Amino acid sequence: MKHLTRKQRKLFYRILVAGVIFLPLFLIGHTPMGELWHFHDWPLYVTLPLFSVPYLIAGYDVLRKAVLNIFHGRIFDENFLMCIATVGAFFAGAYAEAGEVMLLYQVGELLQGIAVGKSRRSVTALMDIRPDYANVERDGALLQVSPEEVEPGEIIVIKPGEKVPLDCVILSGKTNVDTATLTGEAMPRDLAEGDEMVSGCVNMSGMVKCRTTKPYGESTVAKILELVENASFAKAKSENFITRFAKYYTPAVVIIALLLGAVPPVFFGEDVYKWVMLALTCLVVSCPCALVISVPLTFFGGIGGAAKRGILIKGANHIEELARVETVVFDKTGTLTSGTFTVTVIHPDSMTEEELSYLAAAAECYSDHPISRSLAQAYKKEIDRTKVFSVKELPGKGVHADIDGLDVLVGNRALMEEFGVAVTECHHHHLGTVVHVGVNGCYAGHVEINDQVKPDAERTIRALKPRKTVILTGDRESVGKEVAARLQVDEVHCGLLPAEKVEKVEALLAEKPKGSALAFVGDGINDAPVLSRADVGIAMGALGSDAAIEAADVVLMDDKPLGVATAIRCAKKTKRIVWQNVIFSLTVKVGVLIFEIATAFAAHGHMEQGHNHMGLAAFADVGVLVLAVLNATRALRVPKDPK
Amino acid sequence: MKKTFVMEDLDCAHCAAKMEEAIRKLEGVNSVTVSYIAQKFVLDAEDARFDEILKEAVKICRKVEPDCRIIVK
Repeated sequence: MKHLTRKQRKLFYRILVAGVIFLPLFLIGHTPMGELWHFHDWPLYVTLPLFSVPYLIAGYDVLRKAVLNIFHGRIFDENFLMCIATVGAFFAGAYAEAGEVMLLYQVGELLQGIAVGKSRRSVTALMDIRPDYANVERDGALLQVSPEEVEPGEIIVIKPGEKVPLDCVILSGKTNVDTATLTGEAMPRDLAEGDEMVSGCVNMSGMVKCRTTKPYGESTVAKILELVENASFAKAKSENFITRFAKYYTPAVVIIALLLGAVPPVFFGEDVYKWVMLALTCLVVSCPCALVISVPLTFFGGIGGAAKRGILIKGANHIEELARVETVVFDKTGTLTSGTFTVTVIHPDSMTEEELSYLAAAAECYSDHPISRSLAQAYKKEIDRTKVFSVKELPGKGVHADIDGLDVLVGNRALMEEFGVAVTECHHHHLGTVVHVGVNGCYAGHVEINDQVKPDAERTIRALKPRKTVILTGDRESVGKEVAARLQVDEVHCGLLPAEKVEKVEALLAEKPKGSALAFVGDGINDAPVLSRADVGIAMGALGSDAAIEAADVVLMDDKPLGVATAIRCAKKTKRIVWQNVIFSLTVKVGVLIFEIATAFAAHGHMEQGHNHMGLAAFADVGVLVLAVLNATRALRVPKDPK
Repeated sequence: MKKTFVMEDLDCAHCAAKMEEAIRKLEGVNSVTVSYIAQKFVLDAEDARFDEILKEAVKICRKVEPDCRIIVK
């Protein structure tokens, strides 16, 4: 009860009161008691007020709305259907049925309102990441202000248990943060000085002092909230279809009912009461509410369920596209591979591995290139820069430096050749980037650096089968082919410049099976044009990257490729529920309709008053509505990932 | 200019679609969305006449669903 809106609570009490008054009347009318009391022979001035009271208590607002709508030139909505059905029943003398239909209709309205409210709340609860305040340091004092008031560059303090209010960089302190609300990832991230904190996460263990990098409006949390809030505005095609369908469906039903009620009695001299009641039953059963509500509700649930797993789908239309995906194109670096280079092989020729590793790292210690960083990482120890002299970078080749009095060359084969160092051919077949080291004109060995394949990349490709998977990469053929073979990707195109990637995607778009969609998965860096060209653009590892959030249709908050498969499964499930509801509602409605018409044709002649199926029809209608709405809420639950 | 408003007591999906359709036909409206599920109303309209268009839109909403209120901040 506490979650009902004011209006819903009022409706609940109205139904209760009307039900209490109506129940004895219903019992008298439908049990032998009624015959005992000669109920059907009671004068009109007794029965009419008796039945009108609960009817009006339950349905006065429906009547009012229907009348108002007629004045505004808008007829043929569900209020109108219910009004003519019940008022018609009154005129035909079926008071009990009129009351019953109205009561059931209102029960349906109430239940539907509650269900919609409930799923709306559970989706907003998922997105409960809005920070309420920020502790900002101003003139030596710590003030609690709203995050909107904090300027970029100000110092904020985040205590354990608080939400990170703005995107910021840690100045001092160490902590770990819970990113589960953003990414669905349960493992907390360890952060220390110099690391970036993403707003919307929860600070877990330590107190940290940070410098804000963005105003609140541009912070990750604000962007995500905006995205989720707007997601329900982009409508799916089937959603629009249902709206259009209802526009023609309702008038069509009214016309059919009119014909049913008028033609047999007027032209064939059949019993008026029987056919009018049949016509009214038609009106009751054909109310399209179940469809009109459940379809958008399902899409909403699907978006919410995906958000729970760190997958932001920017609109219901993208759910439809995702469900149709038959081709998945990956931009290799940053999606299937981590994009961080690591030293995988150290092959010394004339020294220990440690010495070789030291020389390579020392020579590259002034460079910030990813390869240099990976060399420094491989050495693990701190490098004493005072021992490194006269570092000379030779662009495209490598570095020449003086280390501990040794003349050291670190770079590719071209560098070795330039200085006349004879490279010893390695018996291994190297796939990654090979860095050679020469000391005092002699060859000292080489290290191999590789881009690492992400742990769940293989599982992702397997989960995506039998869809076609393609890798596009700017990398060398040997590297791309090796990764593709290892992951069992169907197709690979290597050595592509960014512009060529767009061309390749266009070609793949032309090739894809008819009626299917193509998804492009990128890490959001430099691939905005491709993301927007594909049917579905999926950006990965978007935490903190605005460009990706803007350009993509689907945003994976963490950098795990498995999210692509999860997103598609979510979309497929949502789509399936939508069609289940559409088919189920229409089947029941059409079935009941045919049954009613058939019984009417079969039962020739006069029908007893009080022996008709109008109440039953209303019950069927509300039942369908409730089931469809309950089915729709299933979309909130995400299917489990495959192993 | 694009603005989002909260709606209260919008309780039929039909009505939301009708409001949307009617408001879209107003002059100066670039795009409009009435979301029954989110209980929100997004209006994108000409800057100069925004307030005027908004007033007109609120009137339309009231006509379609007399109980529904758009909370204009």
